[in-house]
Amino acid sequence: MGIYLPIAEISVNVFVLLAMGAAVGFLSGMFGVGGGFLITPLLIFYNIPPAIAVATGANQVIASSFSGALSHFKRGTLDFKLGGVLLAGGIVGSTAGIFVFALLRRLGQLDLFISLLYVVLLGTVGGLMLVESVNALRASRSGAAPVLKKSGQHNWIHRLPFKMRFRASKLFVSVIPVLGLGAGIGFLSSIMGVGGGFIMVPALIYLLKVPTNVVIGTSLFQIIFTSAYTTLVHATTNQTVDVILAFLLMAGGVAGAQYGAKAGQRLRGEQLRALLAMLVLAVAIRLAVDLFVTPPNLYSLTAAGLN
Amino acid sequence: MLFALSPATAQTPPAESIQIGLSTDAISITAGFSGADLTIFGSLENPDPLVARQGRYDVIVVLEGPPRPVVVRRKDRVLGVWINLDSETFENVPVSYSVATTRPLQDIAEPAKYKQLSLGAQNLYMKPADETDSPATIEEFTAALRDRKAATGLYSENVGGVQFLSQNLFRATVRLAPNVPVGTHKARAFLFKSGMFVKESSAQLEIRKSGFEQSVFRVAHDYSFLYGVFAISLAMLTGWLGRLIFRKD
Repeated sequence: MGIYLPIAEISVNVFVLLAMGAAVGFLSGMFGVGGGFLITPLLIFYNIPPAIAVATGANQVIASSFSGALSHFKRGTLDFKLGGVLLAGGIVGSTAGIFVFALLRRLGQLDLFISLLYVVLLGTVGGLMLVESVNALRASRSGAAPVLKKSGQHNWIHRLPFKMRFRASKLFVSVIPVLGLGAGIGFLSSIMGVGGGFIMVPALIYLLKVPTNVVIGTSLFQIIFTSAYTTLVHATTNQTVDVILAFLLMAGGVAGAQYGAKAGQRLRGEQLRALLAMLVLAVAIRLAVDLFVTPPNLYSLTAAGLN
Repeated sequence: MLFALSPATAQTPPAESIQIGLSTDAISITAGFSGADLTIFGSLENPDPLVARQGRYDVIVVLEGPPRPVVVRRKDRVLGVWINLDSETFENVPVSYSVATTRPLQDIAEPAKYKQLSLGAQNLYMKPADETDSPATIEEFTAALRDRKAATGLYSENVGGVQFLSQNLFRATVRLAPNVPVGTHKARAFLFKSGMFVKESSAQLEIRKSGFEQSVFRVAHDYSFLYGVFAISLAMLTGWLGRLIFRKD
């Protein structure tokens, strides 16, 4: 069944979009990530213009992170203060991102920049995660007890000034890295249409030493607001949010997420991380190939006078 | 789509003329739109019966989309990566250009004639924004522009798409691509007699998104802030409902 998307201005198949949303929702429920890093490239492969894929991806991320954050709020695994500081940085980062987005779009380099960012970030995160999870799998197979990082360990981040206490996370840390992390994620959110959970979660655990049980809820909480802000700014400055497209993806996504979460409970942590790492790497490789392979058409047309 | 035939009743052989009519002045693109054929009826006024019998009248019908500025970009390889490097901006390029003809264009008239009339996708004059660029570059990007437009179905040619139903009456079928742009389109009919251009007639056609799609598009542009707020609320509502319906914890 075809449907005409009013903003993207093309006809697409409803079932393809619902299935796409459901598949990504399943994976995001299984791995506890927003799924924006899968939705945006998938939309681009499906010939949705990148500018619209990014803005609509941000809109779709709100739905999945909102329903995820609700569960964590009920369980009390959400640090509002930490989330608030991350958010303050996030707003600054996404404002900068929107300007860069509009500038790149005018210069005709937006598609390239989005692809490059995806390849670099997904490649790095996926590679690191794969190495870490394969090591963990090997260690558990050889019977050795997993080496846990001591929470008392301090690194250079803990020597920075302007310290602040975050009770729910049992953390006393400088606000500089927290604001910086929020800003970085906000920037990526507006340029890549992702929530940034796949960077935020490891950064909170490994850099700031936030307890793992608080990390996902807090990250989801701040992602709701960053992607809501991104959606709003894209809607007002670029008019690239396609609400019909976003709704179809969300509808598939929220259903898929619940089944994914159930399936995820049957797998062990290392196995889950190894699978997610391979998925992330596969997306990165697919996008990298497009950068290097001679495109079928060297010429492209864009409407002039867009901001 | 019909028009009124005007009877040819003149005593002295008056000059031939052409008329086209559209039954509607607006077409709506609905949710299921995946391209369409648009039929335009027209008539020759005061045709010479002898010329008509010998099939020496030719008609070319063009449906031309609204003009818009376009940037054409060329990718080049930099350190192994394909990057948009050179570009050329053209002013007032018709977004779409569908042609229907009685016979192949080259059989109807001389190429110079088409150039003069700026008729046919190959002969449309594309005005570069920066005319100081070298003619070779402009030539290259103009060709690329036509090629891309043809590849996306926005520029099309339907040879044999114009058929004479009688000595006076003809029917033209032009293609509307699935991605046909909204806006004011111009339907033009050109009459040729034995390779000579005789007369032109035109009519306007509004193509717009149908009620719902149009509303979404308008709201997104005119009330973009509210639209953004709505998109966010919809996402939150969907997330909340999804949890309510499919909750597993």
